[in-house]
Amino acid sequence: MLTIENLHAGIGGKTILKGIDLRVNPGEVHAIMGPNGSGKSTLSSVIAGREDFEVTEGNILFEGESLIGAAPEVRAHRGIFLSFQYPVEIPGVTVTNFIKTAINETRQARGQREMTAKEMLQKIRERADLLHIDRKFLSRALNEGFSGGEKKRNEIFQMAMLEPRLAILDETDSGLDIDALRIVADGVNHLRQADNAILLITHYQRLLNHIVPDFVHVMVGGKILKSGGKALALELESRGYDWVKADTSA
Amino acid sequence: MDLKEKLVSSHLALPDRDAENPYWDAMRSEAIKRFDEQGFPNRKAEDWKYTNLRPYLREDYKIFYQTEQALDYRDVKKYFIHDIDSYKLVFIDGVYSSWLSETTHDRFDVCVLSSALSQAKYAAIIEGYLDKSPQHAESLRALNTAFAREGAFIHIPENQVVDKPIQILHFTAGIDTAVWAQPRNLVVAGKNAGVQIIERHQNIARNKVLTNAVTEVFAAEHAAVDYYKLQYDSPLSTLIDHTVITQAAESRCRVNTFSFGGDLTRNDLNFYHRGGHCESQLYGITLIGEKQTVDHHTSVAHAGPDGQSDELYKGIFADAAHGVFNGKVIVDPNAQKTNAFQRNNNVLLSDQARIDTKPQLEIFADDVKCSHGCTVGQLDEEALFYLRSRGIPKREARALLLFAFTHEVLAHIRIPELKIRVNAWIAKKLGVSLEFDL
Repeated sequence: MLTIENLHAGIGGKTILKGIDLRVNPGEVHAIMGPNGSGKSTLSSVIAGREDFEVTEGNILFEGESLIGAAPEVRAHRGIFLSFQYPVEIPGVTVTNFIKTAINETRQARGQREMTAKEMLQKIRERADLLHIDRKFLSRALNEGFSGGEKKRNEIFQMAMLEPRLAILDETDSGLDIDALRIVADGVNHLRQADNAILLITHYQRLLNHIVPDFVHVMVGGKILKSGGKALALELESRGYDWVKADTSA
Repeated sequence: MDLKEKLVSSHLALPDRDAENPYWDAMRSEAIKRFDEQGFPNRKAEDWKYTNLRPYLREDYKIFYQTEQALDYRDVKKYFIHDIDSYKLVFIDGVYSSWLSETTHDRFDVCVLSSALSQAKYAAIIEGYLDKSPQHAESLRALNTAFAREGAFIHIPENQVVDKPIQILHFTAGIDTAVWAQPRNLVVAGKNAGVQIIERHQNIARNKVLTNAVTEVFAAEHAAVDYYKLQYDSPLSTLIDHTVITQAAESRCRVNTFSFGGDLTRNDLNFYHRGGHCESQLYGITLIGEKQTVDHHTSVAHAGPDGQSDELYKGIFADAAHGVFNGKVIVDPNAQKTNAFQRNNNVLLSDQARIDTKPQLEIFADDVKCSHGCTVGQLDEEALFYLRSRGIPKREARALLLFAFTHEVLAHIRIPELKIRVNAWIAKKLGVSLEFDL
């Protein structure tokens, strides 16, 4: 589904990603872990198409087609979703109106008919319930005055509405208390299917107790230094990141 | 002969001099002298530093233009907020159009200045209020006074609340020449009175129009006045609007100004408090492009204790548009416990667009809360990426963010149909169709 080959990318002439290779197949959950400044969030932004980052070498293929140069909305229409670490507040636009606009723009781009108001409402209710979201919350302005936890839950709600093929969750666990984390993780698990994939970007192992990954990759200094199964996350938790650096430089 | 000389000599030829109202004729003669002495403002004047009026004065304007045409309602319907029940005062080339208007003298007077000037029963109001609001050597106001004959005359006696909004529409239809228009509106709200007014100046001709408008509003104790200015005129139009609001104790006056079009739009909006606990609200959205200019010069003079003023202007400037915001707040020594807030936020959508923004606080009392802030920026790239990453194309995402930017001001519109209209205008200006109301 997603194939990243020798990806080099940076911002303002500074190289941050220094040769990333990654392959994600349908149905898989991959976790990318690493210390602060390792380039994890850059990787997620580059996959989603943030324009201030420049890809200088390598390629990103999504379902066989290169994403390089594609606008962020085009990537979204093709089925890529990025859950933001810091979702932006948009006063004056309610959660419901925002999600309606996003869904119908996406459907239009795919040549599908617009959802009827009734279909939309039904789906919104169903997905809001799944994430234990109070319906009153849906008529509030997007992210405006939301707590950190509410913002993250709202991101997963949007993911549940948009049903992406590839969801990238950037530090979704940060700012969540244990109950909120469980709700978010339950929601994500509920959306796991054989034909979609999830890329979890996280600093801590905590989230991985709830969303169990098939693969764990350790990113340090803009490179993936080590990959393994879910046991690798536990090892990182107990030993920190330094041993990975020592291990690979040896 | 330059325009000033032409205006001064035209004044001598004013039709029906001394016939209607000797009091007002004397005022007009005084006014033309003041204009003759002062002339048009130029950029040496502090208040005209950022806007050069000169290029707009080069046209050979006709001073007394009267159209032969009658306008059909269906041709001008779109300029009304037609989906609400309202009183209407419609003027075409400075002449009252009774068939397009809906007036009343029932519990209050919603009628026209020429009629009020010619009837003895209104003499007390005319002599008590017309041109009686404070002025500071404003030559354009004097010029308007010198020629003023027609406009809205609204008088709400005490304890009366006008049951529906009043729409004032000044059309210019002159088809064969450039026109100089000088409408004059007077609004007098008595104790505990309430009124909502929507005002619009519209050039429906294919020639240049310069409108030099003056509106005076007087709010007595506890009166509430909501005034909406809709400025979305053709690119051939220049509007110089001079509005003065004089407030007695515990009155509340709000002016919303939506500036979306016209070649040059200059708003001089001045509030004067004449007692304690006055509340003034000044809200505005400016959304222009091409080579348009919108210049807002506002002032609030706090003169009594416990007054409040809240000012919020947001501007979006595309292409080579130019914005000016000058917000003056004056707090007299006896205006203790004044709360004055002012904010001016601007987004520049192109490298050629510019804004000159300047707060001006003159505070002579010590126990006051005054704040001001100006920002000038581009669209937030992070927010744009956020929306696009959810599948919303760049153009729509930009529009959505600009909508969000104006939302805070739109929230102050108290007439729902008007809010829908302004929303639709914003969408049109941004070149998108948004399928929902904000």
